[in-house]
Amino acid sequence: MAQIKALVITGFGTNCEMEMSHACRRAGALSDVVHISDVLNGSIRLTDYHFLNLPGGFLDGDDLGSAQVESVRLKYARIQTSGRTLFEEIRDFIDRGMIILGVCNGFQALVKSGLLPGNPLGKRRVSLSFNDSAKFEDRWVRLAVDPQSPCIFTRGLERLFLPVRHGEGKFVCDSETTLKEIRDGHLAALKYADDSYAPTMDYPANPNGSIDAIAGICDATGRIFGLMPHPEAFTHPANHPAWTRLKELPEKGEGMAIFENAVKFLKGII
Amino acid sequence: MPCRIEVGLKPGLFDARGERSKKQILRAFPALDKNISVRCIDVYTVDGEDLDDAWIRDAFCDPVIQDISVNTPLTRDFAWYIEVGYKPGVTDNVGRSASYALRLITSRHYPVYSARAYLLSGNLSRGQAEKIAVDCLANSLIQDVRVLDQNEILQVGPHIPVVSLNHVPAVHEVSLDLDDQGLIRLSREKTLALNLEEMKAIASFIADPEVRRIRAQVGLGEKLTDVELECLAQTWSEHCKHKIFNAEIDYQENGKRERISSLFKTYIQGATRDIRARAGEKDICVSVFTDNAGVIRFTDDYHLVFKVETHNSPSALDPYGGALTGIVGVNRDPFGTGIGAKLIFNTDVFCFADPAYAKELPPKILHPVRIFEGVREGVEHGGNKSGIPTVNGCIVFDDRYLGKPLVYCGTAGIMPVQVGGVPSHIKDIRPGDLIVMSGGRIGKDGIHGATFSSEELHEESPTSAVQIGDPITQKKLIDFLLRARDLGMYRAITDNGAGGLSSSVGELSQLSGGCLIELDKPPLKYPGLDPWEILLSEAQERMTLAVPPDNIDAFLDLSTQMDVESTVIGSFTDSGYFHCTYNQKTVAYLPLDFLHGGVPRMQLTATWEPKTEPDPPTPVPDDHNAKLEEMLSRLNICSKDYVIRQYDHEVQGGSIIKPLVGRYADGPSDAAVIRPILEISKGVVVSNGIVPRYSDIDTYHMTACALDEALRNYICVGGDPGHWACLDNFCWCDPIRSERNPDGEHKLAQLVRANKALYEYAVAFSCPLISGKDSMKNDYIGPGIKISIPPTILISVIGTIPEVEKAVTMDFKSAGDLVYLLGMTRKELGGSEYFASYGIVGASVPKVDAETASARYRNLHQAILSSLIASAHDLSDGGLVVALAESAFSGSLGVEIDLKEVACEPGMNDTEILYSESQSRILVSVPLKHSREFESIFAGDARLIGRVIPEQRLIIRSLDGRRLIDRDLESLKRSWKAPLDF
Repeated sequence: MAQIKALVITGFGTNCEMEMSHACRRAGALSDVVHISDVLNGSIRLTDYHFLNLPGGFLDGDDLGSAQVESVRLKYARIQTSGRTLFEEIRDFIDRGMIILGVCNGFQALVKSGLLPGNPLGKRRVSLSFNDSAKFEDRWVRLAVDPQSPCIFTRGLERLFLPVRHGEGKFVCDSETTLKEIRDGHLAALKYADDSYAPTMDYPANPNGSIDAIAGICDATGRIFGLMPHPEAFTHPANHPAWTRLKELPEKGEGMAIFENAVKFLKGII
Repeated sequence: MPCRIEVGLKPGLFDARGERSKKQILRAFPALDKNISVRCIDVYTVDGEDLDDAWIRDAFCDPVIQDISVNTPLTRDFAWYIEVGYKPGVTDNVGRSASYALRLITSRHYPVYSARAYLLSGNLSRGQAEKIAVDCLANSLIQDVRVLDQNEILQVGPHIPVVSLNHVPAVHEVSLDLDDQGLIRLSREKTLALNLEEMKAIASFIADPEVRRIRAQVGLGEKLTDVELECLAQTWSEHCKHKIFNAEIDYQENGKRERISSLFKTYIQGATRDIRARAGEKDICVSVFTDNAGVIRFTDDYHLVFKVETHNSPSALDPYGGALTGIVGVNRDPFGTGIGAKLIFNTDVFCFADPAYAKELPPKILHPVRIFEGVREGVEHGGNKSGIPTVNGCIVFDDRYLGKPLVYCGTAGIMPVQVGGVPSHIKDIRPGDLIVMSGGRIGKDGIHGATFSSEELHEESPTSAVQIGDPITQKKLIDFLLRARDLGMYRAITDNGAGGLSSSVGELSQLSGGCLIELDKPPLKYPGLDPWEILLSEAQERMTLAVPPDNIDAFLDLSTQMDVESTVIGSFTDSGYFHCTYNQKTVAYLPLDFLHGGVPRMQLTATWEPKTEPDPPTPVPDDHNAKLEEMLSRLNICSKDYVIRQYDHEVQGGSIIKPLVGRYADGPSDAAVIRPILEISKGVVVSNGIVPRYSDIDTYHMTACALDEALRNYICVGGDPGHWACLDNFCWCDPIRSERNPDGEHKLAQLVRANKALYEYAVAFSCPLISGKDSMKNDYIGPGIKISIPPTILISVIGTIPEVEKAVTMDFKSAGDLVYLLGMTRKELGGSEYFASYGIVGASVPKVDAETASARYRNLHQAILSSLIASAHDLSDGGLVVALAESAFSGSLGVEIDLKEVACEPGMNDTEILYSESQSRILVSVPLKHSREFESIFAGDARLIGRVIPEQRLIIRSLDGRRLIDRDLESLKRSWKAPLDF
């Protein structure tokens, strides 16, 4: 069987690349952490990979708004060897049937460059704005999975418990039409939930005031997925904030399921 | 024509930043009309022509949520428009990113200047708006403000804070042929911070005919250049040379006299030397006191690197910039150790005055709430944006920190034992290696930081010492240099902190035996800097490297590719001289041995007079329940949740014991555990101890208690007592007697006693000191007022836990578990939080018995490794009852305690048992099934004092069997959480 190859992009302010790559490897993929300058100079090519990871961080300091400069980079910066933009490379990568996971700042990059919800590809229709609290916050949240979502990353899951760590995570849409499209297509694979895992608008269970309690969305194919919570931060069972209270420590953290689904999906198609 | 761009949220969207600003304004001005509203918009001024409208939108606007307006106001729907922009030359990170975005789009360079505007509506006068701007929204040291009404905004033009120095760089000679008064005046006028002896030493150096003869050969005159004088002052500053710690001290105590030759060598280095000698093969130290940070063993493949710094003076002037620079600055210490370490965690400890301080503020002092919020936010941006988890910390409140807050920032790193067969903790520079500066450019920022921080804060303190860090430029720099390290491209790395190139190259040049710096080579932010300014600038985000000539092309190529600026600025030599040129002309030529060894040793006197009056009678509260709630609400005890959550404590994926723990993840963790290498189970433990209140009685015991607190916190989570090390950070008030400082001898005696304790207790606990820092002038002098901090030591402990799965938290776990108290409770309330609640200091300061404590800590570690323990929590501020309340409400489980069972000194009453702060005590809960095995380990040192109960109540029975305390946990938790819920 073919080996699944994951590419974890870093550089210019990304900072969750190490644990994201670790999660990919634990899920059974080969994984390379690559500085974005190595993609731009042409020495690393997306065509050699199946699974593109955009980790969390503060690209360019989020100084003009989260991932705003990254959206400019994807649209304008050209790869030295081919003269193509990163956006064009990613579009080809998607057309080849490959998968993309964006977490936190990576999710912000996906929506701001119009890769999510991706209809049409490249048009920005949703965004992630300042938390209602106007604070960066690190806290763990409960997440309800939409079982009808086409998202390949959340297949078979009902719920997740993961940390959020962001100041700009409030999901907003440009119009009712977009929101309806997300609802009708079950694109909102993950929603912030209360103690009984029902979606909630109540702070702090919904940490940022996201509309429809949306924590993560996919595109219509389910192969591009972005989420604010950090699955790569819960790979070891003792990442759990109250693990010392558990009678038995599970074998792995809940976040692994996202990466295992990714690898499983790819094994089925290549 | 420059263009002015305003970007704001679309109408109807919730403006979270505006709401937060409104809260801030109303906190600062409680009398204002609550119905004001505040909107935040971002303002960019682009200095350039021909900008396409589409480019501007792509760069600056999120069309889903924002509107944008170019060269016209976005809205005029406000009463007052307050624009806060930076003064010329102040680091503008947003402007830098904006300029970068335009470069991505156009391939051209457009300078961009950012500002934030606050649109105020409501019933406000211009005077009120201006006061809000100046006292709450802007810091006039670094920012400019414009307050405009609806009509004035139509006339507003672009604000371009460009630096134009109109100055032709030059080198001046400085005559030291002066009398004593003249030398002192020169030192003061130039912020040299040198004393008379030091000025005289320099004067006699330059008067030496042999020195003059050699200088003539390189084209220098008979006077020092300003480059040389500034370089000497910086190198000889208290900040860099630790002159007080290396002084000859005549110490008197109870009529006994003792001569101490260097506190540092005798007590700090001495402790580590003795511990290492005794440890033999078990010695964990790898590199101590020789580099930017201490290095200890971690695994066979990796070392740990740790450093804690202070950034007090800059944080007093600009809390945000000062603290941000503090954290990204200390990052560069472990990063600049050996050939560089990857950074794995931050730890921060702050000391502030009461944020609700209501008295009038002396000139140039910011309100404590601004200091608190500014420092908090600076560290938030510095830590979070660098991708380094902030895993541990604490905040101490005392109104004597009004004049200078203390901002301790620490960072640890991890380095491979070897890189390409070369030990990575060693710098190996050879003559001919090139001096390379990588990272940011040089500006006037931070000039005289080293000398400025070696003085007390006064009204004329230079504002150029303030700078703002840039975490993203530094992140790019670190990404690049770690890669260059692993490719073996350079031989040494160090950071440019205090003293800039003068310090970084000056120190590295000792390894090769000399250097030649071409001061016209380093890239500048703007033209017009004098050579001495280029040498001394403390502009941030710069590392200095030694690169072999054979590697330089590859090094520079990689640097360019990763968008980092690197420049060859000279070479290392073996000339024996610190040699600088400017446009091929020699401007400095100082022998290294004079530069580094010429500073005269200070001769100081210290006199100790112990406090002799006994404690007053312990006040007994009428209502113990109410008193407990009051104590839980005290600033030094209450929850710091508000601050902790705004710091990312989980990035890098190795978080095991977080700063907040328990059933609802809101209990106060004793220490942090992380797993820096995700493939293995061995973890790193970090903790801290700080108890400045005890200094009011005796700094000897204050120091012992700070060390004990750090160690018992470390032990509580499962840290290995055979593999620990610590850092000492002294923050003192001026210990040198002078007219302005009449009790200097007492303060120096306090310093001596602190050092004696540090030696004795570090040795007794076998905990080597591996690095540290001192900041000796934490005083404020204003008109008719002097505010000195209490002598403060922060002890930061780093070590390991063999398997992270064994780690323990402080929350009670199960009803029915037995509750034990380890250690003896004594009548030690002197300096306690309880006494402080009545305004009493007292005399019975807690004393540490290191021998029994060491045995107890080893036993507890054994019990933790055997998985016998459900929870462990250290007793500190507020003593037993506070620890009980915290363990109970964090676990959402009640507890029933019998004070009769507490091992205590005879004659103590209920109140004293509850609130004594006797050291080395730990509250432990143990499942019933493990109790026998647990008790057998402790052989009498563990006293069963109660049990965990399912009811949500804290119940404490008095010595005579009454229900002294009976309170529901919800209420206790609410009191504990209330004070700092901003």
